[in-house]
Amino acid sequence: MSITYLEAIREAQAKLLRDDERVFIYGQDVGGTFGGAFKATKGLAKEFPGRVLNTPISEDAIVGAAIGAAMQGMRPIVEMQFADFSSIALNQILNNAGTHYWRTNVPVPITVRLPSGGTKGSGPFHSQSMELIYAHYPGLIVMTPATVEDAYTMLIEAVAIDDPVIYCEHKYLYYHLKADKLPEKGLPTGRARIAREGRDLTIVSYSAMMQESLAAAEELTREGFEVEVVDLRTVKPLDTDTLLASVARTGRLLCIGESFPWGGATAEVIARVTSQGFHLLDAAPQRLNAKDTPIPYHPNLWNAHRPNAQKIATKARALLRE
Amino acid sequence: MLQTAQRTAKSKTKKATPPHDRFLEAFRWMLLARTLEEKLVSLYRGGLITGGVYIGKGQEAVSVACGLLLQKGDIFAPLIRDQAGRSAFGEPLIDVTRTYLGSRLGPMRGRDGNIHRGHPRNNELAMISHLGAMVSVTVGALIAKRFKGEKNFVGLACIGEGGMQTGAFHEGMNIAAVEQAPLVVVATNNHYAYSTPNDREFACDDLVDRAIGYGFEGYSLDGTDLSACLDVIGGAVKRARAGRPPQLVVASVLRLSGHGEHDDASYVPEEVKRQPFARDCLKMAEQTIIDLNLADAETLAAWRKDAAAQVDEAIAAAQQEAAPEGNKEDWCALSTRDLVDHVDE
Repeated sequence: MSITYLEAIREAQAKLLRDDERVFIYGQDVGGTFGGAFKATKGLAKEFPGRVLNTPISEDAIVGAAIGAAMQGMRPIVEMQFADFSSIALNQILNNAGTHYWRTNVPVPITVRLPSGGTKGSGPFHSQSMELIYAHYPGLIVMTPATVEDAYTMLIEAVAIDDPVIYCEHKYLYYHLKADKLPEKGLPTGRARIAREGRDLTIVSYSAMMQESLAAAEELTREGFEVEVVDLRTVKPLDTDTLLASVARTGRLLCIGESFPWGGATAEVIARVTSQGFHLLDAAPQRLNAKDTPIPYHPNLWNAHRPNAQKIATKARALLRE
Repeated sequence: MLQTAQRTAKSKTKKATPPHDRFLEAFRWMLLARTLEEKLVSLYRGGLITGGVYIGKGQEAVSVACGLLLQKGDIFAPLIRDQAGRSAFGEPLIDVTRTYLGSRLGPMRGRDGNIHRGHPRNNELAMISHLGAMVSVTVGALIAKRFKGEKNFVGLACIGEGGMQTGAFHEGMNIAAVEQAPLVVVATNNHYAYSTPNDREFACDDLVDRAIGYGFEGYSLDGTDLSACLDVIGGAVKRARAGRPPQLVVASVLRLSGHGEHDDASYVPEEVKRQPFARDCLKMAEQTIIDLNLADAETLAAWRKDAAAQVDEAIAAAQQEAAPEGNKEDWCALSTRDLVDHVDE
């Protein structure tokens, strides 16, 4: 039996609905016989009547309602149809959910699922990676699972956490990534994972780019390089200790993100490693992100816009030569 | 349905004589709010309050009806001019003075100030400044109560005609109706969004006409008339509780202050101040008490004195309390402490 990243997300939600009566799912097209634009909630409305609810196209009100329900003891899971549309809900997420515990001492346990990142032909408004924005503001946890196993255990963990969690699930991984079975338990939230061990270079990445980084590392093995790949798992909190320990082993750092290049997780990783572990570095740390334009529609342009295994390998070779 | 509803509300207003004790109770909350806010204004002018002071002068009758007519277990989402309603709903006076004076013992502990306060655990939601946002939050709280199998509850969210023009408000109203939430939205048209008059805020004939478009039942209200406020808002709360569609009440008043105390409201023309909606609801209520002989002058004086004493006590107590200190603050925005991100510390 094999299970995809998307099925893992569905299975996690089924388990949550089964095990915890406080859980309900709220979002556009999640209910009925439809089960979501990507089918992440397929069959759940039937299996859990009244707990998987379709909403109007009102991202602000969807998150607002989730916040109100969470304050009253529920554990809502919001599905944004695409991460891009969560821009409409920014006010509720950043200013309401993100500030609430700090202001009132009452936490807001909502989980907002963001189908994130690029796929072929999706264009400027169905391809964005929004983790930078949510990580920048206080009061939120930002998860970016890169494996089927993490997609499953981290979503279950997200709902258990008393604070708001932004769960960035990558659409490219939905069908591309498969596992044999789902684990009972994952690494603790906030801990990065050494996805592949190496001694020559540390590549730090997350979400779909972690898979591209692994492919690049495999390619570089054939050239005699041993590349370590660190999967951040959560962008916030950022596991600086694991990063520093890896760079201490390799002396070289390359950070890969699919988001736009200004700021972001890759810049944050480099800032922390440089300020806390400057002495560990044998070469200036590098990073690779998407281009600083809206995300293009045409596959030729899209492939040129985002990092991929080949570009990562090229960047890594240059850094390894330094 | 809307037209009938409005007619009913209006005819009821004329005939209705609410129970005198409820009217008097409401009057005393209004008096307390007015006394408190006048005192806060003088503290602000004396430089003793940091940040702003935002008062509800002229809106106390609408506000008090909102807070007073809710029951235990109901959800209340007050806004910036709802001191009277907050007090009537059960917010202790000391919470107000602690928040304005920045005591670390207050509900916001110096982390937020003035009207940005609440007690979510007591169902008094803590507003954010972004108007319209609390409507959907109230709906969500009601959805939760429905999930939990609670019965006989309502939510009441306050808004102004300024906040009614936000996208968040529209989304919140629509989702309330879709969810058939037992919600009352009380919109107070105080004729100015900060300095902008109604004619640059909206272009419909009457804001209450929007009710039918949202799937709400709509009622108009003279917000200067306490008796009408208790009656119309009371009716809306009762209907929402009984399972009728969500209710919109649009009250008309004039904001008898600036947007905040930093604002002298010199942009309000004199002729506007002579309109019927510009009457002071507190003075009107007091006149009713005198006309109907509901309380004598001695009793009114005693109430005033009592309100002043309560306010003085709450201010004196908060003034003696310690302010928060940066180096002792718990700089942690998450309740899950082991997931706090530590940057270069």
